[in-house]
Amino acid sequence: MSILVNKDTKLVVQGITGREGQFHTEQMIAYGTPVVAGVTPGKGGIEVEIAGQNVPVFNTVREAVAETEANTSIIFVPARFAVDAIYEAADAGLKLIVCLTEYIPVLDMIEVRAYLDNKGARLIGPNCPGLLTPGEAKVGIIPGSIAMPGPVGVVSKSGTLTYEVIDALTRLGIGQSSCVGVGGDPINGTDFIDVLTMFEADPQTEHIVMIGEIGGNAEEKAAAFIKEHVTKPVTSFIAGRTAPPGRRMGHAGAIVEGKSGTAEGKIAALRAAGIPVAENPDDIAKIVAERMGLV
Amino acid sequence: MNLHEYQAKRLFAEHGVPIPKGQVSNTPKGVREIARELGGRVVVKAQVHTGGRGKAGGVKLANDPDAAEKLAENILGMNIKGLTVRKVLIDQQATGGIAQEIYLAVLIDRAARKPMIMASPAGGVDIEQVAEETPEKIFTVHVDPALGVRSYQTTYLAHAMGFPKELWRDFHTIVVGLYECFKENDASLTEVNPLVVTGEGKLMALDGKMSIDDNALFRHARLAEMRDVDEEPASEREARLAGINFIKLDGNIGCMVNGAGLAMTTMDVVKLFGGEPANFLDIGGGARADQVATAIKLILSDPNVKAVLINIFGGITRGDEVARGILAALEQVQTDVPMVVRLAGTNAQEGLEILQGADMITAVTLSDAAQKAVAAAKGAK
Repeated sequence: MSILVNKDTKLVVQGITGREGQFHTEQMIAYGTPVVAGVTPGKGGIEVEIAGQNVPVFNTVREAVAETEANTSIIFVPARFAVDAIYEAADAGLKLIVCLTEYIPVLDMIEVRAYLDNKGARLIGPNCPGLLTPGEAKVGIIPGSIAMPGPVGVVSKSGTLTYEVIDALTRLGIGQSSCVGVGGDPINGTDFIDVLTMFEADPQTEHIVMIGEIGGNAEEKAAAFIKEHVTKPVTSFIAGRTAPPGRRMGHAGAIVEGKSGTAEGKIAALRAAGIPVAENPDDIAKIVAERMGLV
Repeated sequence: MNLHEYQAKRLFAEHGVPIPKGQVSNTPKGVREIARELGGRVVVKAQVHTGGRGKAGGVKLANDPDAAEKLAENILGMNIKGLTVRKVLIDQQATGGIAQEIYLAVLIDRAARKPMIMASPAGGVDIEQVAEETPEKIFTVHVDPALGVRSYQTTYLAHAMGFPKELWRDFHTIVVGLYECFKENDASLTEVNPLVVTGEGKLMALDGKMSIDDNALFRHARLAEMRDVDEEPASEREARLAGINFIKLDGNIGCMVNGAGLAMTTMDVVKLFGGEPANFLDIGGGARADQVATAIKLILSDPNVKAVLINIFGGITRGDEVARGILAALEQVQTDVPMVVRLAGTNAQEGLEILQGADMITAVTLSDAAQKAVAAAKGAK
């Protein structure tokens, strides 16, 4: 078992002929992800050979879905076209859309999220590394080589920091059920609580690692949710303890505004809910190993 | 991106929010001229991107053009929280004095995923302080973007502000204007503090603050031009133009990292081992050698930097590309600042091989790297 993506996923890549789209489609196919179609407006009708596989390209997601029964989309499209790409995927009936694009305006995301909720579609991201179900499917850019199948579900706002944690888990021989990057934007499609709910219901997942960062209150809400609704052990880390207030730390959402969004507040909320918070990301995997009785 | 008060208020006025008559100047002579044209008493206000201008002496009242010129001589060039005042706004003083002050703002409520209007009868003071000490004095309504601001919402707020019924219609116009201004300009904040009721019973926005979503600047050429480059440290400007996220800090360990979360974490771990980071720097995903070189040069341009910590976990960023960028930077800048390099992930081994000839301290884990960088910075004194 796993969450969100697996070997039954049928993936359509929006922006497949672009530089990023092509490179990462190759990685995804090489990992064994079922890529059934690509979309690039104006290039419909051709086939592109990627990683030894011929992928049909369509002008629209609607055609791609009709022809290939694609059920999941991944978007590698620049910011000013990405919003349209998300609407297009949802309008074509897809229920899972993964958008990696960074720099989408927040007022656009407010409207996108309202539209998707109405359609019953789930967006992962934007500004995220996507999804990886080790051994089954990679829908995003998390390096497959650092992961292995196993019992730990990983959910994070970050990209490379997540790789760091997955890598450390794998080095200790602890595999992952699914890895989910929800992104570092102030308004996104899927939050910690959504993913925690899925991990709680997933029989393969025995332990959950949640990696947060400064800004907003998603971690505080997750802490309260875990206390009430999650029976599986959760281990956490919060990035940005030393971040100065009022400065946006790279991610649009990573900003301490006044007294809200601080690392101390998040760490206190998590600890109050009985969730261990590592001081150093190098310790996360060790804490998980201890709590799973592996050392 | 933050706007100056005068820029914010002019944008508010375009949406029907009443503001005092006023002009901007960067010379005392100019200030005198503007004060003369406006007539009567004026307020001379420093234009810098920080709060607490009044407390710092950057906002003063003048009875006549002579006094305004004298005040401007003092305020122009003044240092407020590390920022030099280069411009002042000269506003006509509200006629009939001020009967009441309130706080009014439009911002994004991340949790509700909607724009939110926030108002408080405790105007003219720091809203954070109000939120902490008297949270019951803060009133909010959420705006559904498909519906816009509805009149029942402004009625609720007007009543909560204690406004007489005669002011409700004007207040509604102001709230709608402030929201439209927010929406049309992709703002993350439009704030009026205070919005006053003058002695003549009119509403007026005396002060204004506005922040624009950087991600939306591509569709607002006019706003992008309003950026005050004098307010941005030269190093941060260079980084922005090179597509690098860089924030200068006060410590002595320069950090170069790929990814915002990992960059913050690297700073945290440096601090955990007793060091102080000199900066936040995220080279982004898939950085090329030339961007890496720019990043290294930026870090080394800070004279406080006594050691550099390079932490790269390759996904789309490749270790060999980073290594080439480091070597390119070192060819251009002579330095004896010790460098600690930790490469992991994609092509890390190739990267380390490229760096073999260079004088670098290598580390395997982040903790290892941070400890070595802290030790190197201390050794250098």
